[in-house]
Amino acid sequence: MVRHALFVILLTLSGLVSAAIDTYEFKDEVTRERFQSLASELRCPKCQNQNIADSNSPIAKDLREELHRMLQDGANDQQVVDFMVGRYGEFVLYRPRMSEQTYLLWYGPAVLLLIGVVVVLLVSGKRKKAEPGKPKTSLSDAEKLRLDQLLKQEQDK
Amino acid sequence: MRQLTAILPLVLFIALGLFLLNGIGKDTKSIPSPLIDKPVPEFSLSDLLDEQKTLTAADLKGRPALLNVWATWCPTCKQEHAQLNRIARDEGITIYGVNYKDDRAKAQIWLEKYMNPYALNIFDPEGKLGLNLGVYGAPETFLLDAQGVIRYKHIGAIDQLVWSELREKMKQLEVN
Repeated sequence: MVRHALFVILLTLSGLVSAAIDTYEFKDEVTRERFQSLASELRCPKCQNQNIADSNSPIAKDLREELHRMLQDGANDQQVVDFMVGRYGEFVLYRPRMSEQTYLLWYGPAVLLLIGVVVVLLVSGKRKKAEPGKPKTSLSDAEKLRLDQLLKQEQDK
Repeated sequence: MRQLTAILPLVLFIALGLFLLNGIGKDTKSIPSPLIDKPVPEFSLSDLLDEQKTLTAADLKGRPALLNVWATWCPTCKQEHAQLNRIARDEGITIYGVNYKDDRAKAQIWLEKYMNPYALNIFDPEGKLGLNLGVYGAPETFLLDAQGVIRYKHIGAIDQLVWSELREKMKQLEVN
């Protein structure tokens, strides 16, 4: 009995443990989903490594309110993003837009991968050239002789 | 050719090192404002000291000035307040205030207590003007030219060092 009561209490309390949750009314389910996806893609300017959906800072709350107002007024995603960027700069976008400043960011990984592939091809090409058919013994005759001598010395000890 | 490939990793390492070095010591807390070289956004808000009086962006034109975003709940604002008083009194600089998300009565008491360096004070209780200015933490100070165009933005308190930089920028505006 006590166990059950405890379970119910814990279950009720678990609702309180969550990130910044406001009670927003939405005109329809689609708007709610758009609100959530935009709020998770916009970065909080004050607390930098959180999006405005997660952050409890006053500015994040203001931005959520503004986002909610804009969506309720029928703004499209692009208008919302332009609004935020117009005030807080490209910084607020977790997915930065393509521009001269972000080329490195967008193309950098692909370029690095390409460099990696080229290096691997070059190295493996070199290896192949080095072994035409049979496995190559890398020791010259003089070196073989010296190796035999060393091994013999070791045995004699 | 062989030697060249041998030192290639070193060259790459140094290049990467320089690239990363570039990022060290950068102030990641200050976000560059997209509002630089744009006019102060339109607003219509009441005067902090006179509820009946409506202020608009046109009231900020006429001469280069500072637009200081402040609030009584902001400890750093208190810290910079003496400096603002000094700038306004001793150097004759026009400072406009934006009382950001604050309580009118509290703000009025604050100005009586700590002196009022502001030529005008815009009362922005909901932070609407603040939002349009891209304010994310008081104090923030904008440098306006005579046409009411934002020329520079400083985030954080104005201390002696910051002020000497701002003053230089203001002088240039007066020359132009």
